[in-house]
Amino acid sequence: MDVSRSPDTVSPAAGAGGSAVIEVRALTRRFGNFVAVDRVSFGVGRGEVFGLIGANGAGKSTVVRMLTTLLPVTSGGATIAGYDLVRNPGEVRRHIGYVPQLMSADGDLTATENLLLSARLYGIPFREIRSRIEQTLAAMDLAPFAHRLVKAFSGGMIRRLEIAQGLLHCPAILFLDEPTVGLDPAARHAVLGRLAKLRAETATTILLTSHYMEEIEELCDRVGVLREGKLVAVASPAELKARVGPAATLDDVFAALAGEEAKSPEIQAYRDVRLSRRAARSHG
Amino acid sequence: MSVSPAGLPARTVDQSSRAFRYFEQVFGVCAAEVQKLYHDPFELLTRAIQPVIWLLLFGEAMARVRGLVTGSMSYINFISAGILTQSVLFVAIFYGIAAIWERDLGVLHRYLVSPAPRSALVIGKALSAGIRGLSQALVVYILAGLLAVPISLRAVHLALMVLFIVVGAALFATFSLIVACLVKTRERFMGIGQIVTMPLFFASNAIYPLTIMPAWLRVVARLNPLTYEVDAVRALMLRGGSSDFGVGSDFTVLAVVFAVLVGVAARLYGRMGN
Repeated sequence: MDVSRSPDTVSPAAGAGGSAVIEVRALTRRFGNFVAVDRVSFGVGRGEVFGLIGANGAGKSTVVRMLTTLLPVTSGGATIAGYDLVRNPGEVRRHIGYVPQLMSADGDLTATENLLLSARLYGIPFREIRSRIEQTLAAMDLAPFAHRLVKAFSGGMIRRLEIAQGLLHCPAILFLDEPTVGLDPAARHAVLGRLAKLRAETATTILLTSHYMEEIEELCDRVGVLREGKLVAVASPAELKARVGPAATLDDVFAALAGEEAKSPEIQAYRDVRLSRRAARSHG
Repeated sequence: MSVSPAGLPARTVDQSSRAFRYFEQVFGVCAAEVQKLYHDPFELLTRAIQPVIWLLLFGEAMARVRGLVTGSMSYINFISAGILTQSVLFVAIFYGIAAIWERDLGVLHRYLVSPAPRSALVIGKALSAGIRGLSQALVVYILAGLLAVPISLRAVHLALMVLFIVVGAALFATFSLIVACLVKTRERFMGIGQIVTMPLFFASNAIYPLTIMPAWLRVVARLNPLTYEVDAVRALMLRGGSSDFGVGSDFTVLAVVFAVLVGVAARLYGRMGN
């Protein structure tokens, strides 16, 4: 992590500029008759930290799952790190890292073994594997626990390991889906601290979703607000606050723009709630 | 962790050939499964109990039934090859439930967002079932030896045996993965697993020869890949053992079925994360 972030890539209008590393065009996903994501378009500039906020069921995770190639798009598309999401998902996967809302570290393996698996899946050159794993563990403050089984880790340690897994192959873009869900304040602070450091030290572009307004404010250059599958605003946290009122907080922005929980019966809502609560329990 | 100024990683991918990368991905998935067994071998130990029960209780009792014509070999010799194959099958057939478990936890997604081709993921998981199968085979070999079954220890027989166990276990693990992708929940999988496993086992030459079967069942058994696995195992495990179809044909059948199943599973596995 030796390349400093050049400040000029973080202009609020980065999405409109030529340096966009994520470009989303009218992205749409339907589950039956329910439109989970409705013609969403936005751009994220290189090195930018972009947040997606919205109520439960607003489509944040669905957007992330489409952009990470896990879920096929119904219509529309995106260009990610220069590759077309629909036509070239293999190359997209090669250039992104993903930290899902649920667990992505295997509890029955040690931290090093988890990273070794990632190294082999991503084809990291043999000679570099050991040093990369050590560096990444150190960067996430996990070096002393390299050979412990992950099931003995705390929730915050698991999250940091998962971020390490997502970063091991030096992706152009890191996707984080609710990275601090289910963590206690101290663990959240540690995770956010590592992300802030990553933001300060590398050119990695980050797209994250969150319910927590303070972490959005702390980390993000720009925020997209999703409401019932539609992107209703994209701006910097300061601009969003100014738009709502003179003394508005981001919580006020959330209340004003994001609205309430989606009432449409999304097919998998029950399963998603069950799974995310279970994930929260095992993380926390 | 250096990132080139362009923001795109400079050298994340080796210049090595695609084939080597594919092999590395298969190996990585398989190695992770083997590491898990190393950390917690308890499951392997409990699994070793089942062949003991079949050989000592079922085998010894059925050996007294005069109606079972097993040619020149005694029934206990005949059935030890069947039990070996069965324990490999039973280890492999519940592989799908591990896949559902990984989906529910979220671990599946880390595999699916990686650039590894789905077929490499499927083959890696399947081969790790082969490793489990080998540990089962070892138990049956020891047990059969204690029961004075004439075991062939010729190097070529042992080497071919390893090959057949790995391919057989991989085949049934992949089949199990396909079922898991289709039924999607653990509860349903448990039900289906029982429904599928028993007919596979009984409609084969594992515990009685094809010759005593009614004609229709013989047809079913000839379509059952397990029959070819048993046939080869019987020829390779026993001194003076012989194969009905020829070990080469057995291998061809198993390899072709495995390849087809991997093709199907690779398609379904990618959609499992939806």
